[in-house]
Amino acid sequence: MIEPGLYHILFISAALFFLGIYGFLTRRNLITMLMSIELILNSVNLNFIAFNKYVWPDKMDGLFFTLFIIAIAAAEAAVAIAIIINLYRSHQSIDVENAEDLKY
Amino acid sequence: MPNATTIALIPLLPLAGFILLGLFGRKYLKSSSGLIGTALLLTSTILALYTAYEYFFVYGKVDGVYQQFIPLQLTWLEFSKGVSIDMGLLLDPISVMMLVVVSFISLMVHIYSLGYMKGEERFATYYSFLGLFTFSMLGLVLASNIFQIYIFWELVGVSSFLLIGYYYDKPSAVAASKKAFIVTRFADLGFLIGILILSFSSGTLDFTTLIQRLTSPESNEVKTAVVSTFLGASALTWGAALVFIGGAGKSAMFPLHIWLPDAMEGPTPVSALIHAATMVVAGVYLVARLFPVFALTTPAVLEIIGWVGAISAIIAAVIACTQTDIKRVLAYSTMSQIGYMMFALGVSKYGGEAGLGYTASMFHLFTHAMFKALLFLGAGAVIHYIHSNDMRDMGGLRKYLPVTHITFLIACLAIAGVPPFAGFFSKEEILLAAYQNNMAIYWIALITSGLTAFYMFRLYFNIFWSKPHEVHGEKHGEGGFVMMLPLVLLAVGAAAAGFIPFGEFVSSDGKALVSHFHLEFSIAPVGLGLAGIFAALWLYKKQNDKPQKLAAALGGLYNAAYHKFYIDEIYFFITKKVLFNLIGRPAAWFDRNIVDGMVNLTGNTTQAVSEGIKKIQSGKVQQYAIYFLAGVIVLATLFIYVLR
Repeated sequence: MIEPGLYHILFISAALFFLGIYGFLTRRNLITMLMSIELILNSVNLNFIAFNKYVWPDKMDGLFFTLFIIAIAAAEAAVAIAIIINLYRSHQSIDVENAEDLKY
Repeated sequence: MPNATTIALIPLLPLAGFILLGLFGRKYLKSSSGLIGTALLLTSTILALYTAYEYFFVYGKVDGVYQQFIPLQLTWLEFSKGVSIDMGLLLDPISVMMLVVVSFISLMVHIYSLGYMKGEERFATYYSFLGLFTFSMLGLVLASNIFQIYIFWELVGVSSFLLIGYYYDKPSAVAASKKAFIVTRFADLGFLIGILILSFSSGTLDFTTLIQRLTSPESNEVKTAVVSTFLGASALTWGAALVFIGGAGKSAMFPLHIWLPDAMEGPTPVSALIHAATMVVAGVYLVARLFPVFALTTPAVLEIIGWVGAISAIIAAVIACTQTDIKRVLAYSTMSQIGYMMFALGVSKYGGEAGLGYTASMFHLFTHAMFKALLFLGAGAVIHYIHSNDMRDMGGLRKYLPVTHITFLIACLAIAGVPPFAGFFSKEEILLAAYQNNMAIYWIALITSGLTAFYMFRLYFNIFWSKPHEVHGEKHGEGGFVMMLPLVLLAVGAAAAGFIPFGEFVSSDGKALVSHFHLEFSIAPVGLGLAGIFAALWLYKKQNDKPQKLAAALGGLYNAAYHKFYIDEIYFFITKKVLFNLIGRPAAWFDRNIVDGMVNLTGNTTQAVSEGIKKIQSGKVQQYAIYFLAGVIVLATLFIYVLR
């Protein structure tokens, strides 16, 4: 069995990131888009952890940032869901194409 | 010494009237506005008379010479240290004399208008405009520097514009007010340039200093200004000539006179005040104010002034003989008389006996104000009674308007130069001055004085004699006490003003000038005047066909004069055909295609660009995300591969 190295983790992280991007760009459902954003954030978290572990093992900065991002992601999810609920109340739908008229 | 407050109050009281009536007149003071205006002006007039008395008899004369006083000098607009426009009061014989004339005539008109304008819709507005005019005219008279006189000069023009266009629902009145404003404004452009040249070459705006610096040939200012020439004339000559153009425009001198007859569209008392007695003599006053400069430094310009005055005098007199609108006859007569004043200044010299023309001009200004205001107010009474301006509708009115008849007759005798009425004395002095200095102008003046007598009595006989008057329906009387009082007061002035020894008070250098009375000299003008009167008597006393026959016999000359020598048509041709086609149309094309084109190009480009980039903001969140991603990729590529 091969010990997982930095490049393996970076590969997973990059895959997760682009999956998230793909989901964000192609889904029409706002909830799914929100989930895609979480994927993107988590890929970043993975990067931080990996660099912290493999490059500067005696430092804690990567961990702190990860914790920060998790907290912010939670807050962001709360705000986004509140927006989605409001959108649903006014538009009877959570399809992103129906939200286009918000530009006016 | 003069009291600055008293003198400053003279113009400020009418201004107060203007502001008060202008702001509150129409709503709150409708019925009392006339009385308020008149009361304020009465106070002004009393102050003016008091000032005149004090100046002429108490403090004005020092060692036999009337001094200039500047009781008040305020810095009004300071550009930098030492360069400022001031507001001041200047007292000297002519300004004090004008103070009395302006305030007195204005008071008469105020009183007269109480009756004449009664029941007008814009009664209060009328009185506020009168106040504005009186304020600006008094300010003009008292101005202590050349820029101040220009400011008030324009104010006078504005109030004249407002009053000519008083009946704003009448197209002819609106056109006349515009014409008056544009023509005088055009002339004022010359005035402004003249002011700039004169003040530049003298280094000051102040009258006293300016005259001092520009009249002594040794002074540095004159030496520098004489060297710089343009088209063969020195800068000073150009400056003085341009200032005179301004004066000629305001004073309706040929060929800038075309606005004056049309200005008669205004209410008749306004014509009496502005277009006969006060404003139109502003040009004469201006020349008199700068007289030492004209006489001592630029005699060539003075020569021009003399000839312009003489030509205006005779042309206007000839035209006046043919007009049928009584106010237009009076308008041309005014122009002719102002021509007299102008050429009297033109033939005058500075100082001593040779300055007779100056004194005569101011004297004529004074007496003319009296009898011309009287003539206009009398004409107003006639128009008020008969509701027409045309003398063909009149005749036989002497029994119906007795007071008007007598006062009008006095004014006619005064303007015709019959002794002992006022016009005789002043005209005599003018003719004497012309005789001593310029024989050609003297002959023109002599013929004009005969014509004057003729057309004035043509007017008089046509209104009061000629055919009997038919009374249609119910007629009101002469217009009551308020309209008769000014007529009588002015008639007293027109009859007696000639006995004032004017040379004692007003002369070119301030020293008393004793005018000699030459009996043999006055035979010619008086004889010609009487001949004119008898010619009018013979032609117009009874209605007959002699005038028509005479007109037919004169043929072309009569027609030309009837059409005012086609000067209006010439102006029309120049402006419409020449100016519009040569300058107006190309300018319009350039404006429409080049200037507008550039503006439109900018607008269209902006619109096209924004039309294109509008699509970027679609409202599609995912599209934004793609842009964002693309941007990040571009930046990342840049940082990784290019900007390493």
